[in-house]
Amino acid sequence: MTTPADVGIPSGREDRGGRLGPTRHRPLEVLFHGVLLASLVIGVVFLATLLIYVIARGWARLDSRLWENFNSIRRPERAGAQAAIFGTIWVMALTALICLPVGILAAIHMEEYADKTKWWNRAIELNLQNLAAVPSIVYGILGLGILARQFGLGTSIITAAITLSLLVLPVVVVASREAIRAVPNTIRDGSLALGATKWQTIWKQILPASIPGIATGSILALSRAIGEAAPLLLLGAVTFVAFNPDSLTSAYTVLPIQIYDWIRQSREEFQVLAAAAIVILLAILLAMNSLAIYIRNRYQKRW
Amino acid sequence: MAHPRHTYTVGEMSEPKQTAEAEDRRGEVHLGNFERSRSVSDTAAVFTVEDLSVFYGDYEAVRNTTLTVRENQITAMIGPSGCGKSTVLRCFNRMNDLIPGARVAGKVLYHDEDLYGPDIDAVEVRRRIGMVFQKPNPFPKSIYDNVAYGPRVNKMKGSLDDMVEEALVGAALWEEVKDKLKANALSLSGGQQQRLCIARTIAVKPDVILMDEPCSALDPIATAKIEDLMHDLAEKYTIVIVTHNMQQAARVSDRTAFFTAEVDRKGVRHGRLIEFDLTSTIFGKPNDRRTEDYITGRFG
Repeated sequence: MTTPADVGIPSGREDRGGRLGPTRHRPLEVLFHGVLLASLVIGVVFLATLLIYVIARGWARLDSRLWENFNSIRRPERAGAQAAIFGTIWVMALTALICLPVGILAAIHMEEYADKTKWWNRAIELNLQNLAAVPSIVYGILGLGILARQFGLGTSIITAAITLSLLVLPVVVVASREAIRAVPNTIRDGSLALGATKWQTIWKQILPASIPGIATGSILALSRAIGEAAPLLLLGAVTFVAFNPDSLTSAYTVLPIQIYDWIRQSREEFQVLAAAAIVILLAILLAMNSLAIYIRNRYQKRW
Repeated sequence: MAHPRHTYTVGEMSEPKQTAEAEDRRGEVHLGNFERSRSVSDTAAVFTVEDLSVFYGDYEAVRNTTLTVRENQITAMIGPSGCGKSTVLRCFNRMNDLIPGARVAGKVLYHDEDLYGPDIDAVEVRRRIGMVFQKPNPFPKSIYDNVAYGPRVNKMKGSLDDMVEEALVGAALWEEVKDKLKANALSLSGGQQQRLCIARTIAVKPDVILMDEPCSALDPIATAKIEDLMHDLAEKYTIVIVTHNMQQAARVSDRTAFFTAEVDRKGVRHGRLIEFDLTSTIFGKPNDRRTEDYITGRFG
């Protein structure tokens, strides 16, 4: 019979019963902690500086004129961003209407139906992630060439919304897939074992359980779209619009474009106006992100 | 001991204390069942498994299994990990279909109908053959909605409230939850959750209930309750249970199938049915040396 001694199991410590001693000072640990903290502070300080700067600079024009008036080239003291605010709301609402259903349904297919052992499904998966990294100006060119010219939609709100939908679609799909994948398989099995069909299982179990994750990801994706100026520059968002959009084919402008236009002006008043408009844009973004966080916390499921 | 089914010595276990404890618990909890014992007769066959092999891709997980599951009896499948007992169980309601690359060879007859026949609808199969899983898996909904889910998706006629109550009574859970049917199912204890899953299963009025190690995540008291429940359920349903726990198989089942994993010449493990017989025979005087080694605790 083999005893522990034969196979050489390590023996216990020699100094059994020695005193443990006080906490030792470890400089490396402190240094490392300091580096971590410094990295965090850099980001926060920059953001805070930006916020304080734009608020201070735009303070003089952060009043009702900003959202009650339209743009005015000759009289900056009366200029406002109402057309841009409404344009942003229109474009965002349409973008959401287009990209959410398409993105969620695509994600359901990829997670629940696609056979992942097949190469083409893996290829789609990989390329989807690449798509999310394509620069937005490329989507602008695509929208201009195909939607505006080929399909004859022109430089209108609907062209902008479809283009932005394509831009954020990969992000919506990826976020939705994550949320769907987070639903444990035991739920799928439990539902199917009761004689539910696949679609019933998806509709009554998977989707309700993954809605919080899908909503959070989608809102964050939309808040990326809201700040986009590059593709819309190509898609004919005009800088001087003195009316609100009233149909899908209206001419329009959006906040980032309006801000870009004002910044370019030489007169000081327009610079201030741009800062005020940036505050509005940031406020909308903050509101959307807060909504995302609220939804996540409110409906988070624990299995 | 009042009934032979409960008198087998389950192995000369190396730890006599544990055995004694298990023995005590058995006597205590199952006293009520002794008088109600059913004689093990040859009722009609529900599943006739002929030469069944299950493959995952190229890997043959289980080979050449032949056994018969009979009506209103509890059939236990025991054996060490990786012996294919759960795989065979999941063939009975075609849950293996959900695993990409899984396929079966051989035959599984359900009341003389080929379960894997070309015109058999797997959804309909699962409606008739319910399943309770290893880990309690209630839906993140209310207790009521959990039980009502099956009748709803199957568009069953009749009062939903009545069906829910009946199922909860049947699963011995009604008294504990009747005042909080709207509470989230995840707020229940593990044992209650598992009985809820049983209620959910019987709510669709199945013919057979498959149980895949239903007690392995539960404490002994919750386990005892489920075992009691199984005895009651066997009066109405046919039950097939996979268990790691030999005492459990000995306590609850009428027939036992012993599986083990065999390594072939290429070094690949395959699950295999070694012996299938009355539980009293398997635990009393098994025919196969390997069965005896397993139940006496010499291996596995």
